[in-house]
Amino acid sequence: MKNLIKDLMRSKAGLIGAILLLLIVFVAVFAPFLDLPDPTRGDLRARLAGPTWDGLFSPGAHPLGTDEVGRDILSRMIHGSRVTLLVATTAVVLGGIVGTALGIWAGYKGGLVDRVLMRLVDIQLAIPLMLLALLVVAALGPSLRNVVLVLALTSWIRYARIIRAQVLSLREREFVQSAHAIGASTMRIMFFHILPNVLTPALVVGTLELARIIIMDSALSFLGLGVQPPTPSWGRMLADGRVYISSAWWTVTFPGLAIVLTVLSVNLFGDWLRDYFDPKTRNKK
Amino acid sequence: MAPLLDIRNLTVEFDTPEGTVHAVNSLSYSVEAGETLGIVGESGSGKSVHILAMMGLLPMPPGRIVSGEAWFDGQNLMDMSDRELRAVRGGQIGMVFQDPMSSLNPVLTVGRQLREVLVRHTDLTGTKLRARMIELLEIVGIPHPEARLDQYPHEFSGGMRQRVMIAIGMACNPRLLVADEATTALDVTVQAQILDLVRQLKQDFGTTVLWITHDMGVVAELADTIQVMYGGRIMERGPVSPVFRTPHSAYTHGLLKSLPDEGARAQRRLYQINGSPPNMANPPKGDPFAPRNPYATERCLNEVPPLRDVGDVPGHKVAAWYDLPALLAQENEVAK
Repeated sequence: MKNLIKDLMRSKAGLIGAILLLLIVFVAVFAPFLDLPDPTRGDLRARLAGPTWDGLFSPGAHPLGTDEVGRDILSRMIHGSRVTLLVATTAVVLGGIVGTALGIWAGYKGGLVDRVLMRLVDIQLAIPLMLLALLVVAALGPSLRNVVLVLALTSWIRYARIIRAQVLSLREREFVQSAHAIGASTMRIMFFHILPNVLTPALVVGTLELARIIIMDSALSFLGLGVQPPTPSWGRMLADGRVYISSAWWTVTFPGLAIVLTVLSVNLFGDWLRDYFDPKTRNKK
Repeated sequence: MAPLLDIRNLTVEFDTPEGTVHAVNSLSYSVEAGETLGIVGESGSGKSVHILAMMGLLPMPPGRIVSGEAWFDGQNLMDMSDRELRAVRGGQIGMVFQDPMSSLNPVLTVGRQLREVLVRHTDLTGTKLRARMIELLEIVGIPHPEARLDQYPHEFSGGMRQRVMIAIGMACNPRLLVADEATTALDVTVQAQILDLVRQLKQDFGTTVLWITHDMGVVAELADTIQVMYGGRIMERGPVSPVFRTPHSAYTHGLLKSLPDEGARAQRRLYQINGSPPNMANPPKGDPFAPRNPYATERCLNEVPPLRDVGDVPGHKVAAWYDLPALLAQENEVAK
């Protein structure tokens, strides 16, 4: 842990990513205590008000402006980040657990299990992910749970393929035979001996997936298939604001910026994490 | 008394694109309790494969056990279910493999790996479990065992790792310890330390040891009985010193002759056995060693010799149609 922080201090990009990410998570977690205006309550007298820093701390101030029904954009962005981060992390973790487990299973067992699972992956890769997501959400109906399920569904194959490849080489290592020789069962070998060896690649895939899923979640919301109004979400804000893009630029700029910054920070942090766990690049610095 | 391990008629084949490889051919031998058997042979002689087959560790396919029985302590390992075999492996039969660098899981501490075998095969828990782990590391001569338990394999040297592997192999006081090339990857001084350790363990716990190697020197130091294998068959077998003194198989003779002898002038070129190991996908019809054997007769090329008693030493057996000591004596006469 100490080494981790030390190495992070040395990497400028990684450090920026980590700080930004921490800040976003912090704001999202403590949003209810931040004394923000109600993100769902409109004020038609103040609709499409531009960003202003006058009277910043007085009630009714809108530092980032308001949308077409007069809701505070800053407040909606912060509350929207709660939904986005919740959806993205749950989907990443869910997809990660399923994908890693199936990847280990396919890679270790080989044979029929492997062939069936990998063909399933191939089939899914042949279908555009967005189309698949649209199909599933349209069939199940949009809700927080369904969005998470859909995003996890598009995510597990990435873990499964990478983990399977790792396991293919790991299972030939002698320590697996040693484990057999002390009487360990197949289940035990897969989850006690192999799993800790693939946690690092799984973690790295996870950070890359997090960035991808945030974008995908926003895209789903943009198309109206994400979390339903009045719950604020970044993609929804973009969708609603794009009509006013020429007259009220702030309606789309700030939520767009939020998406960009979040994805950027996750990517920067993820890149550093990958370098950190790869001994070849770690020692070069 | 019945032998501890009795292998009868074991035949193992591999299915490969080039055809069926006959790795082990109706192999039969037995090991008495307390005995140390050194199995010697070159790559592809079937020495490791027959052990893996016996322990149920052979990858199948491509491997295939065609026939055979392996009686261990009155039970046939070949008849056991996977679950029953798992209870034997690590419990009554301990194993140590060749490469200590990769036999330990790099991401788990040594303690966790040692604990696994103890939890699997004994009822020890809590402080008793930890005490046993520390005791085991002490037995195999690892200093500061308490601190060492929480370290990862990469913090151990090669020799220390092999000691850990032996500790894992010995953890449950096995009746039989199988070491497959256990000192091959180690340098000579470390190898000597490990051999000392195994000898000590044999003395203290009376463990039966099956030591697989290609190093005649190791066998001479450690084993009571030597068994020379070639082409999936036993070529010669017997108590170590008579076999070394008067080998009856041309293969054993060749192996012993190719050892660099102490005190010999450095100028002397090492003896080598001509030819290369047989292709076991298309094995020789007769004695597998016959094509490389300068003493081979017509019969050697066409008929597989059975294992016969040599006569003067009990337990000394050879599979050969020719009488090697007589042939060698003749050669000496001619030379004079």
